Amino acid sequence: MALLFRPSQIFGRTVYHLQRSIQFCQTRTMLAGSCIDISHGLEGEQNQIQQVALDFAKNEMSPYMQKWDEEEIFPVDTMRKAAALGFGAVYCNEKYGGTGLSRLDASIIFEALATGCCSTTAYISIHNMCAWMIDEFGTEELREKWIGSLATMDKFASYCLTEPGAGSDAVSLTTSAKKDGSDYVINGAKAFISGAGRSDVYVVMCRTGAAGAKGVSCILVDKDSPGLSFGKKEKKVGWNTHPASIVSFDDCRVPQTNLVGAEGQGFNIAMKGLNGGRLNVASCSLGAAHASIAKARDHLKVRKQFGKTLENFQYLQFRLAEMATQLLASRLMVRNAAKALDNKDQEAVVLCSMAKLFATEQCFEICNGALQLFGGYGYLKDYPVQQYMRDTRVHCILEGTNEIMRMLVSRDLLTER
Amino acid sequence: MSGLRVLVGCKRVIDYAVKIRVKPDKTGVVTDGVKHSMNPFDEIAVEEAVRMKEKKIVSEVVAVSCGPAQCQEILRTAMAMGADRAIHVEVDAKNYDTMLPLHVAKILSKIAQEEKADIVFTGKQAIDDDANQTAQMVAGILNWPQATFASKIEKVDGNLKVTREIDGGLETISVKLPAVISSDLRLNEPRYATLPNIMKAKKKPLVKKTPKDYGVELTSTQQVLKVDEPLTRQAGSKLGSVEELVQKLRDAGLVPS
Repeated sequence: MALLFRPSQIFGRTVYHLQRSIQFCQTRTMLAGSCIDISHGLEGEQNQIQQVALDFAKNEMSPYMQKWDEEEIFPVDTMRKAAALGFGAVYCNEKYGGTGLSRLDASIIFEALATGCCSTTAYISIHNMCAWMIDEFGTEELREKWIGSLATMDKFASYCLTEPGAGSDAVSLTTSAKKDGSDYVINGAKAFISGAGRSDVYVVMCRTGAAGAKGVSCILVDKDSPGLSFGKKEKKVGWNTHPASIVSFDDCRVPQTNLVGAEGQGFNIAMKGLNGGRLNVASCSLGAAHASIAKARDHLKVRKQFGKTLENFQYLQFRLAEMATQLLASRLMVRNAAKALDNKDQEAVVLCSMAKLFATEQCFEICNGALQLFGGYGYLKDYPVQQYMRDTRVHCILEGTNEIMRMLVSRDLLTER
Repeated sequence: MSGLRVLVGCKRVIDYAVKIRVKPDKTGVVTDGVKHSMNPFDEIAVEEAVRMKEKKIVSEVVAVSCGPAQCQEILRTAMAMGADRAIHVEVDAKNYDTMLPLHVAKILSKIAQEEKADIVFTGKQAIDDDANQTAQMVAGILNWPQATFASKIEKVDGNLKVTREIDGGLETISVKLPAVISSDLRLNEPRYATLPNIMKAKKKPLVKKTPKDYGVELTSTQQVLKVDEPLTRQAGSKLGSVEELVQKLRDAGLVPS
């Protein structure tokens, strides 16, 4: 009889599940130990870091990702909780509060977090990119002022390069910054700015000189700066857990000490930021694709048609195999590019472009393929695969469209050496 | 600083989320290529020890794990959560298969004496073998008081006031130090290790030892005959009335007829 009254003394595994109210079907890491094990090849603390990110994604993000998407919630508290673990300024120097990890570590982290919510992780990654640009190129004063609060995500950051009339042709940007006394006076508009209206600091590429890349400078604009305003919140297919809108500058005044790097260095800084940014969004795609495959795989084992579970149909088996292969190829490419960036490899830019091109397209296809495996259910918002599909779609467009990635890769190939 | 030293036992087990599979030859369960992690109840013990350190009740937390080389990953996790140092008692694969809670209890007891620990802290049970013996045995060997299945721990004067989860509810006891504690599930919710602490844990001292160093022979006193999957649950059926139910129970011999 005693046993009946002491369930907690038997089957610790079951008890742990039930009492922590973790559903078995949600928690099984079915892909751990498989050919696409997310931790394959990682060792030591890199493994531990990934585990923390995976646990965080599983416990703090994935239960809420559908609600955040549906209600367009910017999950400030969750992001601050993530930042408290060191995810706010992953590859910034430790001097002012960054975590001081490598690009490869960052890729592994964003991939793991994106399994929980791709859109929120994508914003965290943009924030990380902005923090790095300030940390890498900013003055001591700017670093001291911003890095600490960006690392904890007490303050949020946005990246402003694209304009209504300057997308892929970024060099044609026209937002101008003119010196007036000790200030810059900024005029123009930036489009599709993630975090607009919510972010505390905007990393803005402005024209301070003549036409062309050399006339661009990188200037920080505080959200309280006079003359800064935001357009209506855009309605997006995915990426709904953070707002995006036009950011307008009408005689917007900021002190000249807000200049990041030297005048004329802005385009270079923007592109350096984007190298990491491309890896980051590609990593978010990896996480979404990984989660989609895990969900599709479980579905194949449960759903029955024609008298047997879907896992017994060769076409679907092959589809699963193809998706897994696409994922692993993408992951290897992204991690390889991240290592190249860490090692300051001279081909790093092209490798990052290639990885972004390949991973974002393949992973979108994986998410879309996973949706197909779910059939009609996949198209319902009750099932998360459609959200991964919607969230990863934009990764083929931003941080340099995949057409621009192709241009960068072909330019490298056609260069005479 | 009151200077209490806590020894926390950390067992490496198959991760709680993994679906356990029995080996085809029925000698055990499949562990190769299977994700492992720290026993969740031990994680709760580490968390509590670290919280006691943060409250300045404890001055040092030492994590101990007995088992193969991979146990060091578990110890690094414990140190990333806040343990100060770690002792890995390496047991080779062959001996590990037959290692019993008594062996671990002997090793932990010896370390507790050598390290002059004030508290030996373990999870109430490991989620792999569900033995629930180690803490009690350590208390027996050392002749220390024990407070098992703890769901709340406070320091009152020189003693620990421990709330225990028992059959009928909660029992509050006071134990003199040194003492052995085992953690129950509701004691706390373990923290996530932060990235900077994971990096720092790499530099914390981890000492490698063997059972021999503590004079413990891993002679096995029992032999595993076979390991089986639990029976699959039979499908139930809906009954029309209480009479039908009673008849079914009678037929099955579950109530006296």
